Amino acid sequence: MELRSILATDCGSTTTKAILIEKIDGEYRLSVRGEAPTTVEAPFEDVTKGVLNAVMEVEELAGRKLLDGDNIITPRNDEEGVDIYISTSSAGGGLQMMVAGVVKGMTGESAERAALGAGSIVMDVLASNDGRKPHEKITRIRQLRPDMILLSGGIDGGTTKHVVELAEILAAANPKPRLGQNYKLPVIYAGNKNAADKIEETLGEITDLDLTENIRPVLEMENLKPSRDKIHDLFMEHVMQQAPGYKKLMSWTDAPIMPTPGAVGALIEMVAEKENISVVGVDIGGATTDIFSVFQKQFNRTVSANLGMSYSICNVLAESGLKNVLRWVPFDIDEKELTNRIGNKMIRPTTVPQSLEELVIEQAIAREALRLSFIQHKSFAVNLKGVQKERTISDAFEQTDSGESLVDMMELDLMVGSGGVLSHAPRREQSARMLIDSFLPEGITQLAVDSIFMMPQLGVMANIEKEELAEDARNAAIEVFEKDCLIRLGTCLAPVGNAKPGATVLMAELKLPNGDIQKHEIKYGDIIRIEVPYEPVKATLTPGKGMDIGAGKNELIETTIYGGVVGIIFDGRGRPMEIPSDPKQRISDLSKWSDAVDEYPDLEGQGLE
Amino acid sequence: MAHAYTPGLKVLHETKIDKERRLPLKGTVSVEKGKVVTPDDIVAKTDLPGNVQMVNVANQLNIDAEDVNDAMIAKEGTAVKKGEMIAETKGLFGLFKTNVTAPVDGTIEVISDTTGQVVIREAPIPVEIDAYMSGSIKEVIPEEGVVIESEGVFIQGIFGIGGESRGELEVIVDSREDEITEELLTTELTGKIIVGGSFISLKAYKKAIQLNIAGIVVGGFNYFDLEDILGYTLGVAITGSEDLITSLIVTEGYGKIRMGSQTFDLLKEHHGKFASINGATQIRAGVIRPEIVIPLTKDQLKGDHKDADASEGIQAGSLVRVIRAPYFGRMGKVVNLPSELKKMESETMVRVAVIEIDGENVEIPRANLEMVETD
Repeated sequence: MELRSILATDCGSTTTKAILIEKIDGEYRLSVRGEAPTTVEAPFEDVTKGVLNAVMEVEELAGRKLLDGDNIITPRNDEEGVDIYISTSSAGGGLQMMVAGVVKGMTGESAERAALGAGSIVMDVLASNDGRKPHEKITRIRQLRPDMILLSGGIDGGTTKHVVELAEILAAANPKPRLGQNYKLPVIYAGNKNAADKIEETLGEITDLDLTENIRPVLEMENLKPSRDKIHDLFMEHVMQQAPGYKKLMSWTDAPIMPTPGAVGALIEMVAEKENISVVGVDIGGATTDIFSVFQKQFNRTVSANLGMSYSICNVLAESGLKNVLRWVPFDIDEKELTNRIGNKMIRPTTVPQSLEELVIEQAIAREALRLSFIQHKSFAVNLKGVQKERTISDAFEQTDSGESLVDMMELDLMVGSGGVLSHAPRREQSARMLIDSFLPEGITQLAVDSIFMMPQLGVMANIEKEELAEDARNAAIEVFEKDCLIRLGTCLAPVGNAKPGATVLMAELKLPNGDIQKHEIKYGDIIRIEVPYEPVKATLTPGKGMDIGAGKNELIETTIYGGVVGIIFDGRGRPMEIPSDPKQRISDLSKWSDAVDEYPDLEGQGLE
Repeated sequence: MAHAYTPGLKVLHETKIDKERRLPLKGTVSVEKGKVVTPDDIVAKTDLPGNVQMVNVANQLNIDAEDVNDAMIAKEGTAVKKGEMIAETKGLFGLFKTNVTAPVDGTIEVISDTTGQVVIREAPIPVEIDAYMSGSIKEVIPEEGVVIESEGVFIQGIFGIGGESRGELEVIVDSREDEITEELLTTELTGKIIVGGSFISLKAYKKAIQLNIAGIVVGGFNYFDLEDILGYTLGVAITGSEDLITSLIVTEGYGKIRMGSQTFDLLKEHHGKFASINGATQIRAGVIRPEIVIPLTKDQLKGDHKDADASEGIQAGSLVRVIRAPYFGRMGKVVNLPSELKKMESETMVRVAVIEIDGENVEIPRANLEMVETD
């Protein structure tokens, strides 16, 4: 069957978003989108109502019939309906899991990676060596009431004692699921296969136990996919069944409903693979910040559960400290007054910044939320720990350990931002600056934002398993991702190293699409923006003394870079970047950087004489 | 930014109030439908499974896990007392025996011959749920709890800390602009729920706790002072389980903000009556705001009801409160609601409402307005 029209929804905790993708003149494009409030909670308690409302908006905008009463018309018949309907969901708090492994840094971490990769929030990682006494672990399990537990531990053929001990702790806690009093908690066992019988004996009766392949069959290898797939199955079979209206929604969709972050991750993984690039994706929401990355072909996802822009905005303040937030604010402000303002945003999370001053403060906090989330991501996206490396004599002098971060900013090709504060910033220049300041890309990095957060729907599209649909759906997902989902901001060029103020850190010769040749000299501490659309620009980049733009210290690069709605941004602030601690100098520098990209053109030099 | 609408906080003179009182686990409901209850009456109870202690008998006796069953004196299902011997090795010719004693009173639940662990479960923990407010039982949820129905005053705050509390309502300031100061707090207020105007300082709040005042309802409090009371920085607004003598309900927000006149006048009208309050707040999907409930008797009711759930959207003429700078805390009347998007000073494009504040018309993003819902 040729796919001509796809309807996809994402049921978020507050909004349900619907998009309609159609094949027009041989190309898949986003044709219209609509949204409506999510209806999982009282008084509606039926997610399908919000879905229908969002689809109704799509129907009106598309000008053709998609609904027949309370049903989505599939498959399409002539001008009515769509070929397939698919959905993701994060309503009702998403998927919340607890994971357990014998050694926290090894099987515990592998289990955490599997759960996060499947799109779950990990409430806690239990491990034999986590320092807590058995009764403390038991109390914790009881308090948390997860949707599901993933239990792992031991390599195949290794000792079974520790993982059975963990199972005994789970059994003693007799955990109850978060939703629904009348069903057993789903537990996935993905540990030493030799312990499977004992695990069955211990947990088989009191939980809904499912066995799958060991997550860490040998020390040197992780085998996450079976667990991730199992999590998705159980998410559909158990957790979704308890959420109001989902049984109906599941009967409508042509592919299993995926947890929203799981779908986003799947898309990013696919894009990285197809283009053979390293990617970082970030979604900053009201309560959480999700970061996805693919480096050295390895996918990782982290959720910073309490770093967000509204519900958990005060936690950003608490974790980063007021000083770190204030270092991004180019004017003086009373600190107590500022904390009360941030507190008020937390208790009234849906408000928007009306004054410019409020916007600047919000974007300062966003920088810190992103920076902290990325620190967490870098420490999690690591090589497998516990793997013994063969060492040569020269290695023996280098004290590099296993567990090194995979994140290498110099290697990064594309960074995609999404979430209100990045996608809907009044100026794209602001989004670009927030991404650059918080992630500090090195060398040459393309920047983009997902304008309307379409990645979840595209992710589930790319993962359709039905053979007759899979290829078309995958192509559609990639085409729409490239043409309609991403807004290309441009490219950031950031030489690595430090220099004296005023020293040249980069010389650039750019051959623009219209044939013009521009030469730029970037001094240490400066930002320069060149307005160029998303078109190829031939660039010859010569780093200043001791600086590196990607090919090594002092090494020249000839390459093709792309502009975008913001353009090409030269960031000469060096890496690592320092912000002056002297308030006067700080405000002056911040204002200079803002002016360079036209970030806040109307902001008067408040606080400056 | 996505357009969203903050439903107004309720300030209702007279309404039907339903309260669900549910057990954390299944148990017994001790009242029947129609029964009249007072706040302290127990409506349902259950036993939570007792705490668990794990003893590694194999390690302590230095034997293999598979031999643990043989060494156990107390078998699965046996009740044991703290200090009682539960396992012993055979020793050498009956000598040099080592043993393990129970660390707590409880029952032997599991003896594992894989890990050598023994699980001892302590006695169940009884949990009782009271009625919280006066009223009558509207519905019994078998084995789980009840719904209590009452009529009276229902007011929501914006944020609170501390859980349920109750007591006689006492308005201790003259105007909604006044702060609660330390001097205003005396031993006569012990056990009462006090109402202030615009602000309570950290010092005054601490004194209230010392005096065992049951609860405080006030316009504002400083965000940075919360840490002093809670012992940690409040990162997300999910509260209610704090162990506080004095629950706090803030009606307007952080900072010094005079209490809304509707709220203040209504509380003043009911000075001296018995109120139930709950500081529990959850600002996430499924929002919970702190509340003040004053059940009224039949002769106190005037009969001009409004359903607590009937929320209307903002319309021309609605009374609204601005909930973000630059007009934060100000009240005004909606003049009109233009449908086109407007550009704010921040350059954010939003739907606005034109509001009359002190005789002047100003444009405010609709997302920054809160409906003041009165009856």
